[in-house]
Amino acid sequence: MNRSERTAQFTQKARAVSATVKTVATMDDALAYTVDVCAQKQACAILASGCEHALSDPAEELCGLKQWEKLIAAPNLEDRDTESLTSLCRQAGIGLIEGGLAAYAGGIDVGLTLADFAISETGTLVINCPDEDLRLATMISEVHVAVLNAGDIYADSYDVADKLAGFFAKSDYTAFITGASRTADIERVLTLGVHGPLDLHVLIIDGQSSL
Amino acid sequence: MQTADNLGQYRKQLAEALENTFQRKALDNFAVAYRDGRDANFAGIDRDGLIENIGTAKDAAMSRLDELYREFCQKAEAAGAKVHFAGSDVEANEIISQIAAENNCSRIVKSKSMTAEETLLNHFLENRGYEVIETDLGEWIIQLRGEGPSHMVMPAIHLSRNEVSRLFSEVTGKQQDTDIEKLVKVARRELRQRFVSADMGISGANFAISETGTLGIVSNEGNVRLVTTMPRVHVALVGIDKLIPTVFEALQVLKGLPRNATGQAITSYGTWITGANPSAASGSGTKIMHIVFLDNGRSALAKDPVFSQALRCVRCGACANVCPIYRLVGGHAYGHIYIGAIGLILTYFFHGRDKDKNLIENCLNCQACKQVCVAGIDLPRLIREVHTMVEHGGKKPVLSSLAGFVLKRRPLFHALLRSGRYAQKPVTGNSPYMRHLPGVFFRDHEFKALPALAKKPFRDQWDPVPFSPARPEYRVALFSGCLQDFVYPEQLLSGLKLLAGGRIEVVFVPQQGCCGLPLYMLGEHEAAADLAAWNIGNMDPGDYDYILTFCASCGSHMKENYPHLLAKHPGTGVRARRFAEKVIDFSSFVMRMGLGEAKEYPAEKTRAAYHAPCHLCRGMGVRQPPRGLLERAGYEYVAHGEEETCCGLGGTYSFKFPEISATILDKKMAAVAETGADILVTDCPGCVMQLRGGAQKQNRPFAVLHMAEAIAGGKVK
Repeated sequence: MNRSERTAQFTQKARAVSATVKTVATMDDALAYTVDVCAQKQACAILASGCEHALSDPAEELCGLKQWEKLIAAPNLEDRDTESLTSLCRQAGIGLIEGGLAAYAGGIDVGLTLADFAISETGTLVINCPDEDLRLATMISEVHVAVLNAGDIYADSYDVADKLAGFFAKSDYTAFITGASRTADIERVLTLGVHGPLDLHVLIIDGQSSL
Repeated sequence: MQTADNLGQYRKQLAEALENTFQRKALDNFAVAYRDGRDANFAGIDRDGLIENIGTAKDAAMSRLDELYREFCQKAEAAGAKVHFAGSDVEANEIISQIAAENNCSRIVKSKSMTAEETLLNHFLENRGYEVIETDLGEWIIQLRGEGPSHMVMPAIHLSRNEVSRLFSEVTGKQQDTDIEKLVKVARRELRQRFVSADMGISGANFAISETGTLGIVSNEGNVRLVTTMPRVHVALVGIDKLIPTVFEALQVLKGLPRNATGQAITSYGTWITGANPSAASGSGTKIMHIVFLDNGRSALAKDPVFSQALRCVRCGACANVCPIYRLVGGHAYGHIYIGAIGLILTYFFHGRDKDKNLIENCLNCQACKQVCVAGIDLPRLIREVHTMVEHGGKKPVLSSLAGFVLKRRPLFHALLRSGRYAQKPVTGNSPYMRHLPGVFFRDHEFKALPALAKKPFRDQWDPVPFSPARPEYRVALFSGCLQDFVYPEQLLSGLKLLAGGRIEVVFVPQQGCCGLPLYMLGEHEAAADLAAWNIGNMDPGDYDYILTFCASCGSHMKENYPHLLAKHPGTGVRARRFAEKVIDFSSFVMRMGLGEAKEYPAEKTRAAYHAPCHLCRGMGVRQPPRGLLERAGYEYVAHGEEETCCGLGGTYSFKFPEISATILDKKMAAVAETGADILVTDCPGCVMQLRGGAQKQNRPFAVLHMAEAIAGGKVK
């Protein structure tokens, strides 16, 4: 498979598990998209997901932990991109955090992360995240936006075995992410958004001509 | 968890499970959806090749567990984890409890782990005063209900949204909706606080990769990631059978496991953890990371020549998904802790004979599990082997010893069968069915009419003249099988008409005995091996081109089990394999010989539904020939979804568990009735007995015929 076939397969497989996949030209487009997603989140969804329901008292207290503004977490961007995102967030009235995510367990609206690479066979993102903030951004955000370079899409998991073994050569935490968090534990009815993100967006940057 | 002391109690528990209409419907829907979706799940993948590779890789890993363990320890500890080895379940629980105490933990969040279920870890920790919260949605639900899982992958599949809503209303103290999406969100929020406040996270693992000291864990909900990230301490409890040498081999299993388990190409999350990672919650800034390996009988199992393959299991749960018994009674009645076919085997080794003695009886030997296993485990065979040990570990029941004594003595057995015809008169009233069954053997067996013994067995009606051409093209030995010889000789006689006067020589060796399957099923392997040797001795595979049988059960037993049973006997094993290679079923033989074609194809064809005997479609791997033969003989073959589901006979099974056998039979009858078929055709006299008995009792409009009768009854050239 060539690069465009891999991109097409990745897109198809990730969409099949309810991910939103878009192609963007540059990182700036990805940043603008992310802020847009956050700004357009429904008003009710500003609440940490689940807070609108009848909850036990301790669980309800946790809802109060969430700051009542929209929040984007972006822990692993390049400095230049962080600057751009900061200014975009300021214009949109959205908070931005780069670290200390553990304090926001009540919920973050959008987590923006870079993916190391992807596997087109299953529509899987691979994110090397020994950094705890990066890990949490992909876990506790209600919407996870991941940016992926088209040149980093591999056809098969076997193709990345060596890269993974490289990650695992020291203390490490690596995540395979395929679609949003899901369960079918009640009556086998598929429901998105259990303990992880309710929504996964993958932005493929296809600007470069590498490969 | 089934807890019956004896078979009688167990049957009561099964009867209760059959009454659970919600569970029945849920499992039935699941069984059909799983069956229909499985091929699509493996689209674009060489499934058989993958299964073989997984089996080979796991076998190789199990043969050098010590080495893999040492390598894993070295790598994981170099990366900051502490590795422990627990010989037994209690030892594992003690180690984990001690880690909690040493690190001043009191609140524990857990992700799903069958290994922790195996050691009853939660009870142990709770008794020591720790708060343990399951965070997988299904596991949390059953924990709140004080139950064990009823499926290895979908632990709460037995519960309805209404039950979950009532439960969550109690737990939150607020009235909850029955909308599933809302219930899931309530769980999300209720559990999120638990992640925040927990001191320790306990997970299992699907892989322990020795080359890097890495744990691999698959999940869909994302709770595994929170359990392994938010608290300052992480303990992973891992069976040593999860050790695998390389990243590549783990990825290989990962290709098969989710596809076979839930029909996903991959789970939402794969979590790969090596050593101790940064942790904000930990005072030192680094996670306190412990890995506890559990043996609990595994290393001994790994060295066993027969049972080591049980350790290939990747816990996908598929053997339950396709099991016709699981489909009816669910996991609480069909497992101790491990559920489904693999559960019948592992329970014996992990939890002991007493926990397994009733469960191990509850198998039809229909082979559906073997066909679906993603690691290629010969589950039915291992179940038979465990059954033998269970039987011989205690007192042998009189029935099986007597059966061994009788069946091994062919003249005695045949004399008994002949005299049985006179003894049965009071119960048959001279009809071809037994009217009232002798109570001792056949209690609760009124759901089907049982056939009477034939007036004249096949052996007394056999006339070799039409089957002795001067220059035969093929020389065929007929293996009659007891059921057709003594109960249904007409099946043999009608089928043989097709072969008469042509180029085929048919030889019937009267010394042949029972194939031995009933003994094998009763756990009498030595007696079964003696019978196998006897039959091979009387029908030398060198003398014949084919060993033809009209009975799929005899056929599959001779083909599959004879070589195993005689493998250890010098020389005989080779002959057994040669014999097995020549065994052929009636439909395949007729198709191969180009026989059975209709003289004319009527405009309005008789509609024929087919029942694929387990021993034919899975045991002998024969699928196309019978369908082709029906068409060739001028019938309109009408397909139905339950064709390859067991009829519920399972030899003596239907006498041990009549309620389940009857319910499986009902399902089959209903599926056939829906096709509007005029006849139901099959290739095994055992299935004919079960199906015909059911159709007779239920006054179904279709006749049940053996393929030989169907072909002879049609207008064949």
